[in-house]
Amino acid sequence: MSERSEPMSGAQPYRREGATGKTLRFRFDGRDYEGLEGDTLASALLANGVRAVASSIKLGRPRGVYAAGCEEPNALVQIEEPFPEPMLTATTVELCDGLVATGLPGQGRLADRPDPARYDAVHAHCDVLVVGAGPAGIAAASVAARAGARVILADERPEPGGSLLGTTETLDGGPGRDWAAREVAALAALPDVRVLRRTTVVGHYDDNYVIAVERRTNHLGAAAPADVARERVWRIRARRVVLATGGHERFVAFAGNDLPGVMLAGAARTYANHYRVLPGSRAVVFTTNDSAYAAALDLADAGVEIAAIADVRQAPGEAWAARCAGRGIELLTGHVVTAARGEGEVSSVEVSRREGGEAREIAADLLLVSGGWTPVVHLFSQAGGTLRYDEELGAFTPGETRQAVEAAGFARGVGGTGARTLRACLEDGAEAGRRALAAAGFAVPAGIALPSAGEEPAAAPAEHLWLVESDDYDAHFVDLQRDVTVAEVLRATGAGLTSVEHVKRYTTAGTAHDQGKTSGLLTSGVVAHALGVDVSELGTTTFRAPYTPVSFAALAGRDRGHLHDPVRVTAMHEWHVARGALFENVGQWKRPWYYPRAGEDMESAVLRECRAAREDVAAMDASTLGKIDVVGPDAAVLLDRLYTNMMSTLKVGSIRYGVMCRPDGMVFDDGTVIRLADDRFLVTTTTGNAAAVLDWMEEWLQTEWPDLRVHCTSVTEQWATVALVGPRSREVLARLAPGLAVDNDSFPFMTWRDAEVAGIEARVCRISFSGELAYEINVSSWFGLALWEAVMASGEVTPYGTETMHVLRAEKGFPIVGQDTDGTVTPQDLGMEWIVSKKKADFVGKRSFARADTSRPDRKHLVGLLPEDPGVLLPEGAHLVETSALPEPPVPTLGFVTSSYRSAALGRTFALALVSGGRERIGERLYAPVGADLVPVTVTSHVLYDPEGARRDG
Amino acid sequence: MLLIPCPWCGPRDEAEFHYGGQAHVAYPENPAALSDEEWARYLFFRDNPKGLFAERWSHTAGCRRWFNAVRDTATNEIHAVYRVGEPRPVTA
Repeated sequence: MSERSEPMSGAQPYRREGATGKTLRFRFDGRDYEGLEGDTLASALLANGVRAVASSIKLGRPRGVYAAGCEEPNALVQIEEPFPEPMLTATTVELCDGLVATGLPGQGRLADRPDPARYDAVHAHCDVLVVGAGPAGIAAASVAARAGARVILADERPEPGGSLLGTTETLDGGPGRDWAAREVAALAALPDVRVLRRTTVVGHYDDNYVIAVERRTNHLGAAAPADVARERVWRIRARRVVLATGGHERFVAFAGNDLPGVMLAGAARTYANHYRVLPGSRAVVFTTNDSAYAAALDLADAGVEIAAIADVRQAPGEAWAARCAGRGIELLTGHVVTAARGEGEVSSVEVSRREGGEAREIAADLLLVSGGWTPVVHLFSQAGGTLRYDEELGAFTPGETRQAVEAAGFARGVGGTGARTLRACLEDGAEAGRRALAAAGFAVPAGIALPSAGEEPAAAPAEHLWLVESDDYDAHFVDLQRDVTVAEVLRATGAGLTSVEHVKRYTTAGTAHDQGKTSGLLTSGVVAHALGVDVSELGTTTFRAPYTPVSFAALAGRDRGHLHDPVRVTAMHEWHVARGALFENVGQWKRPWYYPRAGEDMESAVLRECRAAREDVAAMDASTLGKIDVVGPDAAVLLDRLYTNMMSTLKVGSIRYGVMCRPDGMVFDDGTVIRLADDRFLVTTTTGNAAAVLDWMEEWLQTEWPDLRVHCTSVTEQWATVALVGPRSREVLARLAPGLAVDNDSFPFMTWRDAEVAGIEARVCRISFSGELAYEINVSSWFGLALWEAVMASGEVTPYGTETMHVLRAEKGFPIVGQDTDGTVTPQDLGMEWIVSKKKADFVGKRSFARADTSRPDRKHLVGLLPEDPGVLLPEGAHLVETSALPEPPVPTLGFVTSSYRSAALGRTFALALVSGGRERIGERLYAPVGADLVPVTVTSHVLYDPEGARRDG
Repeated sequence: MLLIPCPWCGPRDEAEFHYGGQAHVAYPENPAALSDEEWARYLFFRDNPKGLFAERWSHTAGCRRWFNAVRDTATNEIHAVYRVGEPRPVTA
């Protein structure tokens, strides 16, 4: 990147005398530099004479530091060390020893390694939240805090003071920044006050819910302690919010206004005063208001030659004009800058009278621009407040709001003539503090001692200039970061766009990383100019959170990796892990998927497990099934209303399978219902739906049937369940439970018995989800592992996982709710007409079965599919078509595959599918487009194995 | 995030609640007696006003009670909360 040809002496040629602080070493774009403690990367680069910091995203034009805060549109950098981070503004990166960074062409790179830092979140409540620790914010916080309110004062910078940091203004006879530091230190010492430094409030939501991001260790670089969170997200609920967010200076559209060396006047003032850096040697100032005069004089004091001030106004503030005359600074009233010129950076500035005429070229390496100041109304607007145009200020200021929030100081336009005045901001902040106190129910102190401010010259009105007129607008930039020029805005308005929202979308102005902080109002102004309307009629584009970019890591906080979501494991989990099971996530549960033996892949392991269950004996950990205790005199009535079939006729000791539907008749869940007593049922649900079913029952009980005397309690985690499956399961159970009569007459299908199994009190249910003779043994979860180990002790029982369970149930045509159904499937679609009671007068969903839609002949039915090649496994989700060659799109689809497996019992692959009119298509050939192929399949019944149910009794 | 005044627990963060749509849409007394159109109205049709709206909320991560609220959909201001079974209060 370029450097000026005549550097001053020393390592930091543009550093002012008297700068203090430790020397820090850093590297930028491959070159080593030195800076000082307290620098930002931007101020350190300026101190070293680095002008071009980045290049622009579309046009690749060199760009330099333009601002001194988060509004920076140009100086985007990538941090490489201490940890890679893309897209930061050099103006907000605090310099640390060993920092390595590069300038970006508008886009960065994500880190190529995991971030080792910690991130955290804090919840806080307060009476008064003050955003911004400038003069107004400090005054407001002082008033509120001294009256005893719980106050949070948040400020984005490393030190308090806000605008005071960049000026030479005095308070109580000393530098304003010293007053700010003293005042905030005193506030922080109060017990109910929390001062958050380096904390940006990024979002303001309903009911004063405010999100802030605190950067705790970034500025420490490699020295950051590992045990301190790098960033913290604050979630604050405030009774009252005072937004003392100040203003951002804006620029003016003229030719070459993006060249390195063009800089906002207030930013240059901040570099000179706060960072003790000179952003150039010889400057031209271009302004529409008085604020740039203070900047010019401060820079002149610091040693920058001010070649001229071009003021668009005929009548600048008299006191300022006099001061300039006193300093020998040439004042060109009624003038504009028509162009900034130079190769890669400013070397001269072209100035002419506003009405035209001969242009004059002034040699300069710095062009300071002030197009006025825009109150930072982002948070007020985010919170739902309206904005109104302030003619005097030439900007939008806060209007009405429903929330307990108000803006104070320059954020609400106090000062009025293009920039703030210190005294007015202090008073306004104090008043806002008083109002916040009153609103929060505190006694308001009578008098407030404010610091005495130095004399401020009477201000002259600003003139609102958006662009310098020209024949060629290709280098009049409006949005620097998006490379949007006046020419492009004119193209948008020329195309008929009259709304700033539309122009924003057409040109992308305001959509970059900086979200148009310096350019948003300018865009509105140029649109207004083009349309010949007043900017007040156009308004601004919508302000949305976040105010500044937030890292995903901060938002994720601790919810990363294994803490991302709670992990639920069964009582037998350790055993599964020790035996090398692979796991499947089912909701939050970890379920054993299959148990591969040495040399086995998934396919061979599952085929082996399936054979064991069908031919021998196998066991599965079924503890994760949802279990709900439904208790009370009206329990049976509730279940009759929620299930499609009759539950009240179920005998104590027996079990019934049931399906629940939504009122629209679509299947919602299924499971078994066990009657434990006249007034007590145990309901099981699918693993992933347990909470939803409990919610469902509670909702109906509370909102529709409060007269029913029923209580529902989740007991999922109180029970551990072992499914013992296969033709030899009876003999294994008989050995484990010698006291239990296990013959088919004593213990028939769909009944349950209390018994001692392996010496553990158990409830044994004869339920089968595989079609085989099977038992589900339930014990207190404390004894789950003991039971499982007892079942496995003989070595005869093969453990199997969810994949085998899926294959076994699919062979029998048992649907899985949520896999073979999707909320558009009725019990009839599943071929389960038999589960829908004809006797009950009503149940949830019944009326919908009489709707025309649920009896359409082309509804999708659950059917089986046999690929003609028995080795071909269809992908789940594959679509099905009627023809062996695909017609021109759109291709009509008949349905799709919901489950697909290899079957040991069938000796081939098979699938379940939802197919339009599927039951009438049994025997037909359909085709599944898979990649470039059309795989032929034959439609069959969804029950492919043991359709007569001969195996369930062993 | 809304601050929702649960009638049982007091003001709590919106994240503790589940939304339940329009309030006062009772399950029909005798669904079998309804025409297809009447039943479809119960199933699928809900109001969508700009302004005051009586709606159901459940304090799922708290007391697990359902209740009703009158919320202004344009401003998110909650004008009243009341228990299930109580009539909708008169709000301005």
